[in-house]
Amino acid sequence: MAEVASSSVLNVLEGPRAKWKYLDNILGREGPFTDPEWEPGQPVFEGLERAKVLVIGAGGLGCEILKNLALSGFKDIHVIDMDTIDISNLNRQFLFRHADVGKYKAEVAAKFVEKRVKGVKITPYCGRIQDKDDEYYMQFAMIVCGLDSIEARRWINATLVGLVDEENPDSMKPLIDGGTEGFKGQARVIFPTMTSCIECQLDMHAPRAAVPLCTLATIPRQPQHCIEWAHIIAWEEERKDITLDTDDPEHITWLYQKALKRAEEFSIPGVTYSMTQGVVKNIIPAIASTNAIVAASCCNEAFKIATNANPFLGFPETENYMMYTGDESIYTYTFEHQKKPDCPVCNPNALARPLHVDGNSTLQDFLDGLAERPESQLKKPAIRTEAKSLYYQFPPSLEEQTRPNLSKKLNELVESGEEVAITDPAFPLQFKYKLIFK
Amino acid sequence: MADLPPPVQGPTAKEKKYDRQLRLWGTTGQAALENSHILLINSGPGVVGLETLKNLVLPGIGNFTIQDSAVVSEADLGVNFFLEEEHLGGFRAERTCALLKELNPDVQGNFITEPIEPFLNKPNALDPYTLVIVAAPIQPALLMKLSAHADASLIPIFYVHSVGFYSHFSIHLPPTFPIVDTHPDPETISDLRLLKPWKELLDFATEKTNGLDTMDHEDHGHVPYIALLLHFLEEWKKGHDGQVPQNYKEKTAFRDIVSKAARTNNAEGGEENFDEAVAAVLKSLNPPEPAGSVRDIFKTKECLALSAESASFWVIAHAIRLFYTKYGVLPLPGSVPDMKARSADYIQLQNVYKSKARKDLAEVVESVRFLERSLKRSTPIEEKDVEAFCKNAAHIKLVRGRPFHVVQASESLKWGDRAKSIAQTLAFPDSLIPLYIAFLAWDEYVATHAKDALGGVPKVPGETDVETDTEKVTGVAIKFLNDLVKEAAAHIEEDELYIIKAQTGEFAQELVRAGGAELHNISALTGGLVSQEVIKVITEQYVPVDNTCIFDGVKSRSAVIRV
Repeated sequence: MAEVASSSVLNVLEGPRAKWKYLDNILGREGPFTDPEWEPGQPVFEGLERAKVLVIGAGGLGCEILKNLALSGFKDIHVIDMDTIDISNLNRQFLFRHADVGKYKAEVAAKFVEKRVKGVKITPYCGRIQDKDDEYYMQFAMIVCGLDSIEARRWINATLVGLVDEENPDSMKPLIDGGTEGFKGQARVIFPTMTSCIECQLDMHAPRAAVPLCTLATIPRQPQHCIEWAHIIAWEEERKDITLDTDDPEHITWLYQKALKRAEEFSIPGVTYSMTQGVVKNIIPAIASTNAIVAASCCNEAFKIATNANPFLGFPETENYMMYTGDESIYTYTFEHQKKPDCPVCNPNALARPLHVDGNSTLQDFLDGLAERPESQLKKPAIRTEAKSLYYQFPPSLEEQTRPNLSKKLNELVESGEEVAITDPAFPLQFKYKLIFK
Repeated sequence: MADLPPPVQGPTAKEKKYDRQLRLWGTTGQAALENSHILLINSGPGVVGLETLKNLVLPGIGNFTIQDSAVVSEADLGVNFFLEEEHLGGFRAERTCALLKELNPDVQGNFITEPIEPFLNKPNALDPYTLVIVAAPIQPALLMKLSAHADASLIPIFYVHSVGFYSHFSIHLPPTFPIVDTHPDPETISDLRLLKPWKELLDFATEKTNGLDTMDHEDHGHVPYIALLLHFLEEWKKGHDGQVPQNYKEKTAFRDIVSKAARTNNAEGGEENFDEAVAAVLKSLNPPEPAGSVRDIFKTKECLALSAESASFWVIAHAIRLFYTKYGVLPLPGSVPDMKARSADYIQLQNVYKSKARKDLAEVVESVRFLERSLKRSTPIEEKDVEAFCKNAAHIKLVRGRPFHVVQASESLKWGDRAKSIAQTLAFPDSLIPLYIAFLAWDEYVATHAKDALGGVPKVPGETDVETDTEKVTGVAIKFLNDLVKEAAAHIEEDELYIIKAQTGEFAQELVRAGGAELHNISALTGGLVSQEVIKVITEQYVPVDNTCIFDGVKSRSAVIRV
């Protein structure tokens, strides 16, 4: 073993791999945890250089991911992001400078890393992941996500599950996903159809319960209630014709003043400009250190998957999820998130989930509830039974035709025990529920 | 037009840039960062220290200085993001400093290319710095010197390893490092005092539950749950010799009473405020007893024996201890969670809690002033500091900083008062203590192998002869392990010890495999961890690692141990 190791090290000390001296210590030597069949050296270098990786997101995590992958020896990287650079990105998105504000993140990030790390090719796409088709996603060896949106994660997850063709092993694209919020975060590895998927894990990210509209309208108690009132109710009443732009300081100022006045009426202290911005834009605190930790953990897994230089997370029936918390000391919990047998995405034969509902509640109430249910989180659901369409958001003619159903009670529309199928234009998936009246 | 609101001052450019972090550590935390000057003593491939600095320059520390005598080589370009091809042959400290400075024009950066030994030998060399980060490998004599500086000047020192898939860091903090602003989980901060209500709170409950049974649905469904619980507690006490529910069984019985009192014959078929009351029973019906860690702080000698020079933390802690001794509770924090209620009732309830909190605060402030006079302290403690302390008194933390291990060439390793508890956790499955021991053995190799006669850049295991070095490092690691077990006088079963030794050997082997290489991912991850801890230490917010953290990038696991 030592002989193999030292000879491959000697080969690379000079010549084209001199730059990768440190990396090659690992890739050129067996370790106590490497597979006995694993062959260190040339084939591993080549495999790594050939692996085409897609990075989704060029924000806080994305900047780190691009840097990390380039310095891990990946040579062909693509990156997708639709956003432009904002000044509040500069405290952590280190590939951007003040002069870049307003430019596309994917473009600036790709150019920066290509310049800094010679020999890496980074192809940016400034747009939505939904713009791309199956053929596009098929070209990659794996996908690394640094996103702040659950919707985008669910979409790419469902798309990658849909790509899997049992006859073609290349159709299974490992999905490595990172997420952060303040001092907390997670890194997880998904092998579509083989391991628990994003949809199986949706309840790990339960949405915050929305404040009931009647609280906002009649009995506010918290400064946030006054801000939400200004945001949802007052704007609609007084500035209906102006589209609210949460990046426009004049708009935020208007909401702040409105909220402040309402808070004074109810003697509620604590409304500030910064809180107004936070509530209206749903700002999640973000810092460089947590992004560094989570992004590097994702790239460490990507590197191990691409090289087999050590065992990786996500091998079926082993750990696939690392939870991270850094506000009180440092704590990680690495575990296997189990596949859900009734997952509507990764188990196409899943039976309808039984759901206990109040037969006297309206279809509208039921659909509103789907947005808040941790396992569904659908914002624009369409619903039908085997026999008829109950409600469709699109096209407008069908919407108009089915709209009267919204105010009907469930027990006027379906029988207890009847199955309904629910879809949402945002995701290529279908939920099946069996509605049982309480 | 007359009622058009006056224009507001929007956020400043700085507030905009730092918005996402100011929401975490606020302006006081930010000011602390901006007043800091951090020294990085860089070594090895030099990545982990720079990745740490990156995450500190971005949020805006005041100053940083890189000490590094290395010259940029081809190998640096494959692992270090803050170097470019044209820098080959230049000083690494100078080039990395320049590229780091680009990240934030508000930060001052400096570099020192003088080798570490003469640098540290200069008198007062470390005086300008508020915190020092040291990257391994480093000669033990120099690390000792830094450790002594941490002891003498109370400057925090971080010692960091990033080797292949593994990393480690230890923090040497001052012997007393108290934190008031620990940012506890919002779920845990409510202190409602339902079992120790004061008169105004009881009056509030009586007023709001007066005629509860005959209220119309609208009123009944808007009685704040705190008033409901206090009302039903009074009812309960009537049938239980004046006692509140004592144990789990009684609490569940009490919960059933509350639950049954909810109306279901209304339009909603239930009542949200009663749901909230039911959900709060097990959580809130507990005596407001402070945590053991807080009572321990009251018993420390720093708290009991004040002097004119005592840090203000201890003066306030002493005053709060007096309050606790007198009343058996901590000062009331005064916050009330949101609950179903009419606006006016909720605001009234908030004010009941707030005025009690203000009264408690006034009493603590009075004690503080009395202590200041009797100690003849020159500058008065600001009232806002006393207020912050009172608000978070149940969650204050005291970290006892201590030196980390410095492995010397021919000395055996001592674990002292930590030996027993560390040896006990050795046999836990997934324990990362064997990895820590392997790192110490790695340091022993550095201590005993000078690269050249002049004692320049340290030699690390696995650079050339993997097999021999694996044997050496494993041998030392096993010796350290045996010494620990012996010092702790721990009894570990033969077969368990065999497994622990095998694990230690594997960790040592994987460390040597790297041959001193840093993997960029592991260094970036570790740089994230270290910078986060630096931020906590500088801002004196959140709770730092006490005192050693290990990361295993093979299994993606971490552990924190006190050594």
